[in-house]
Formats: sequence, C-alpha cells, structure tokens
Amino acid sequence: MPKTLAVLMMDAPYEQTRTTTAFRLLDAALRNGYGVRVFAYEGAVSLPLTLQKAHPNAIHGRNAEEEAHPTPHVWVSALMHLAQTKGLMFDWVNCGLCVDERGVTDVVPGVRRGSPADFWKMVAESDNAVVIPTR
Amino acid sequence: MSRYLLIESRDPFESNGFALRCELAAALVADGAEVAVFLVENGVLAARRTADLGELAQLARLRVPVLADEFALRERGITADELATNVKSASLDALVTELGNGAKALWN
Amino acid sequence: MRVLQIIEPAHRATLEEQDDTVLWFTRALRGAGAAADVLLVGTAVGYAVRGQTSAGLTLGAWSQRQPPDIEHEITKLIESGATVAALSEDLSRRGITPEALIDGVRVQSRHGLGRLLAQYDRVWKW
Repeated sequence: MPKTLAVLMMDAPYEQTRTTTAFRLLDAALRNGYGVRVFAYEGAVSLPLTLQKAHPNAIHGRNAEEEAHPTPHVWVSALMHLAQTKGLMFDWVNCGLCVDERGVTDVVPGVRRGSPADFWKMVAESDNAVVIPTR
Repeated sequence: MSRYLLIESRDPFESNGFALRCELAAALVADGAEVAVFLVENGVLAARRTADLGELAQLARLRVPVLADEFALRERGITADELATNVKSASLDALVTELGNGAKALWN
Repeated sequence: MRVLQIIEPAHRATLEEQDDTVLWFTRALRGAGAAADVLLVGTAVGYAVRGQTSAGLTLGAWSQRQPPDIEHEITKLIESGATVAALSEDLSRRGITPEALIDGVRVQSRHGLGRLLAQYDRVWKW
C-alpha cells in the first residue's frame, strides 16, 4: 500500500512563493509514489477556484494564449490527473467556513468541502502530515 | 529517536528567525534528537559560503545536515561551487523522503 | 495521537476573522478528538498575557460586535484539558514576566524542548 502524506496549506493564490513550493512538494510526492491529502485552510481555499482566468500580458506583448499565465486551479487538476494515472490517492478538502468567508463557489470537480475534523481524519489516515503555515 | 526537519523559507538576514531556529536545533540535538535543515525559497540565501552568517558554522558543529532546494538555488543564481561546505543541493524529493520516513517537519 | 501546535505569528488577521485562526483550529481539532496542546513562541508569546482586549473597532457606521478574545481562547483551551505553554526565552526577551501570564499558562524553556517535542506524535509549526 503506498504511503500517503497529509498537507495543510494556507496561502491564497499569487501572494507567496510558498504556494508554488507546496504544489512542487505535492508533485514530488506523487511522482515518488505517495498518495496525498490536502487540507486547504484560509486563503488556500481559493486555489481550486475555477473562476480564475488567465490573461494577456501587454508589458511583454503577449496575448493570453502566449502568456499562458498560471491559474492554480489548473495546477490542482494537473496533480489530480497525475495521481489518477499512477493509481494514487489525491484528496483535496477546502475548509468550509473559509470558503464561505471568501465566496469561493466554483471549484475543481472532486474538491470537497469540509472542516478541521476532516484534516484530523486525514492525519489519522496518513503516514505523516505537514502544516505549511502562512505569515 | 525523534527526527526533525526544519524547513527554512525566509531570508536569514531579514530577521533573527533563522538564528532562533538554530538555537532550537541545538536544543533538540542536546536532547538526543536528529535534526536536518532544508532551505527553500529565500532560505537558500543562507547557503553561500561567503554569506556573513554564523549559523551555518553552528549547524556544522552540531552535525546538522543542511540541504538547499536546487530549484531555489538556480532561481537566485547560486552555483554549486558557491555553497558552504556543509550545504548540499537537493531536490524536493529529499523532502518527501524525510516526510515519508516520519520526520517531524517544522515549516518556517 | 498527540499533537503539539507551535504557534509563532500573532494578531494576523485576527480582527477580520474575529479569532486567531490557529487557536480556533486547535479548538476544532480537540473537538474532533485530537489531543492537541499549544506551545506559544516568538511573537505569539504575547497571547499568554492577561488583560488583552481587541474591543472597539469601528469603520464608518460599522462596529465590531464579536471582537477576538485571545485570553478567552487560551483559557477555554486550558479548561478543555489542553496544555498551553509559552517559551520562557521569548517571554523574557519581550519583557513579559510570569506574573503577567494568564492563569494556567505554563512556561517552557528552550532547554528540554527536545524532550517535550518527543512526547508528541505530530508537531506542527504555524
């Protein structure tokens, strides 16, 4: 049975490099055969928001397609897909009260709404758990 | 024996946080724990041999291994030959391995 | 499974959230059955001080009805059976004396921290 890691993330998109590092960690875990369980707390609940839109970049003279600006919900989907192709666990739970506060309505299919009790369940069911805090 | 992984993401020169966490590393080692440090993001600014930072020498005296995210090093133009002697470049795979082996990770 | 929550930042969006979200999370974890304790370090040792109040925020005609009450949160955690400790070296750096602390808050030195952390299955730094 593959090992699994639980990861709690807090940062909203586009604010901290920590977000990219966290996604790189999830990607590395999956590529190394670990299942992952993610609990998104506070601003991180916006990461799987499908209303994010890529945009052009006039300063660089790039249209939207050329700019190919990252939208974190695509990152979430990419990791889900990677997990599926490798037959690994991928679970993403958004903290429900944080969702309500921030109006995060449309999310990547498969992302669940939950509470700290879900994080506790993830921790109990995983081989290890790490909290990636915000500042 | 407990193993701890201190993940340092912040510039060690912007505050005394890195210094304080090196004190934590010393305290953990004194109590018999194994400790490793993983520098990510601006934390890799601690990795240059020429950096004016006593904490790396302290970690070396404590025999605390220090890894630095190779991606973050490249982002900041820090080459392998610039690294302090007790710092090794590593991918995040090493971080995954530590977590998979049960290290208690404290992310700063 | 025993959990130690090491909390360092303080007063981060606490007025907007009407809570410290990590203390709140800790209470929620304990409600879900986790044996979670708290170690306040760095800026967060200030949370151990008696007499804090965040009341009185007004913006135009809006006024806050439920300001965050950190002292209450710390007290409720202690009453629920959690150990809440503050790092002595960080208290003394900030000139906070033991007499100023909320009843029930323990003082933990950096010396012996390894032995303390070893008692927990999970240690998370916030």
